[in-house]
Amino acid sequence: MEFLEKLTQSFSPSGREEEICDIIFEEIKDYADSVYKDTLGNLIVRKEGNGKKIMFSAHTDEIGIMITYIDDKGFLRFSPIGWVDPFYALYQRVKFQSGITGVISYEEKTDAIKDIKMKNLFIDIGAKDKEEAQKMVSIGDTAQFVGDFVINGDRVMSKTLDNRAGVYVLTEAIKKIKSNNDLYFVFTSQEEVGLRGAKTSTFDIFPDFAIAVDVTDTGDTPECNYMAVSLGDGPCIKIKDQSVICDRELVQRIKSVATNNSIPYQLEVLEHGGTDAGAMHITRSGVKTGAISIPTRYIHSTCETCDINDIKNAILLVEKIADEI
Amino acid sequence: MLETLCSLHGVSGNEHKVRDFVIQNISPYTDNITVDSMGNVIAVKKGTNPTGKKVMVCAHMDEVGFIISEICDNGFLKFKTVGGIDHRILLSKKVLVGKDNIPGVIGVKAVHLQSKESRKSVIKEKDMYIDIGAKDKDDAMKKVSLGDYASFDSVYRKLGSTKIKAKALDDRIGCYALLEAIKEEYDEDIVFSFSVQEEVGLRGARVLSHREKADVCIVLEGTNAADVPFSSDHTTVTNQGEGPSLSIMDGASVSNKNLNGFIMKLAKENHIPYQIKKSHAGGNDAGAIAYSASGCETSVISLPLRYIHSPVSVGDVRDIQSYLKLIKCVLKNISEYQPRRKEVLK
Repeated sequence: MEFLEKLTQSFSPSGREEEICDIIFEEIKDYADSVYKDTLGNLIVRKEGNGKKIMFSAHTDEIGIMITYIDDKGFLRFSPIGWVDPFYALYQRVKFQSGITGVISYEEKTDAIKDIKMKNLFIDIGAKDKEEAQKMVSIGDTAQFVGDFVINGDRVMSKTLDNRAGVYVLTEAIKKIKSNNDLYFVFTSQEEVGLRGAKTSTFDIFPDFAIAVDVTDTGDTPECNYMAVSLGDGPCIKIKDQSVICDRELVQRIKSVATNNSIPYQLEVLEHGGTDAGAMHITRSGVKTGAISIPTRYIHSTCETCDINDIKNAILLVEKIADEI
Repeated sequence: MLETLCSLHGVSGNEHKVRDFVIQNISPYTDNITVDSMGNVIAVKKGTNPTGKKVMVCAHMDEVGFIISEICDNGFLKFKTVGGIDHRILLSKKVLVGKDNIPGVIGVKAVHLQSKESRKSVIKEKDMYIDIGAKDKDDAMKKVSLGDYASFDSVYRKLGSTKIKAKALDDRIGCYALLEAIKEEYDEDIVFSFSVQEEVGLRGARVLSHREKADVCIVLEGTNAADVPFSSDHTTVTNQGEGPSLSIMDGASVSNKNLNGFIMKLAKENHIPYQIKKSHAGGNDAGAIAYSASGCETSVISLPLRYIHSPVSVGDVRDIQSYLKLIKCVLKNISEYQPRRKEVLK
């Protein structure tokens, strides 16, 4: 889990995925036949084979904020990168790549706290005035949310398990896989802002099958919305979300692989949200696409929570799919 | 030339007048002009010393406007807006309908005849109509057909000493910059593209970029300048008089960091003012181009415009000069820029 911790704490708001790509490359380079980065900043790891061309993807980017304005007193205004809820953001710490850290607060004159919008929020980096702030940050700089990595028994709690859990599943699987299939592991960029890296990388690779690995919601917390997914009951095989209806035959094959290897799984129908599979399956003339999801609570907060066993079983499932599908 | 460009009507899907003007004005500078199935214009200008990378510039020809959706028995025309228009700005506006530019006005009940409540509420598009002075349906149908387009009727004017006012500055300003830029000689081959249907969803650019598969693309646009009363400093998006804006990110794309860096460096070296756009809402053709095929490095250079998507958008002549200077400067030097197609690590 040390590597997962390193992944969650690395810096990569959408469009700025360089740091995490370096970390992934160092970890898997000895297990890959070839590795390259493309125009959009996707990192593509290949394990060559004579069999089917299979693409696995996990997005490397995270939600965050970008500075739009620095005022005379040195406070920063910002835009969200990806889906950021103003209530999730309030009083959270944000960290720039330089290490400079700020806290998000709000205009106290806002009538009611329920009415706060992103434009009522600002970041305090402790600068005394504009001049000092400008020495610390620039317009267009991006920052990530801060959230420690904590293990409680079987549960792990951290920022950005979306989607470092998925990245971790693929990097661990890459180390173990023995297969004759022609495998592409794509660590995709810009998922949180619209599945963008997946779109161009799938175009380039045009695989026989594509499988996205990402996190999904659960329905196992007090008074939550119905969803037949719980932490600890195994990785999910996606049936549908807002972005994709998974290929039926591929779903069936993934289920068989899980059953044959006694890997527990849950079936996922996600009512709100999408993943890279949404872009992948409608690229070029269409790609048969499925997805494996790690059940995760409190997605896009600074304390996303997963079960370690679900992650371990997802690694095993990817390993077996790569060989047996 | 900008005045003529703005005066042409080219609501999304009906860009042919702008297209004809564009083709006429680029023809002296290149023989390689294509019009594709959607109506995009793609013109390739040969470079004097090309290195082989494919460089594209793109501006959209279409503008927001209206389409006639019903001709009523009493001769009034119901309409739908095409592209993003704030319905609150429509009342009492002059429009020109159909290919013969039939004058009309968007009508509403006079103030005397409205109830207290309706005076306070915003009238909706479905409750508005265009009045072309027709006696009845038959009379109206002699001049207008269902599906005809209508545009704002607005004259290009100087405002004060540094501003201009016109309709459709978004994005005739980009078209104008390309028509000026194509007159110059460059080392690199440059694909000058003029897209259709941007205002309704980046549709022309999606098709043309997929076919062209450029390595690098610079999108020329108009963007919001909210440097007006009641804006706070941090909500102005851009300020007029501070030069063209560069986008770091918007709702549709993240600009390429290296390409943006290259443009900023050139601007600084050549003392061309520029600003970073402060809002990340909205989108433009870069959203289609950056993610077409296996991807394209894009940047967006925009002219700050007040009251964009209205008949009275206002631009600043000083910004226009810097905008032209910057795009020419970037194209002159683009052979020095190295796009990252595939960076092999192992």
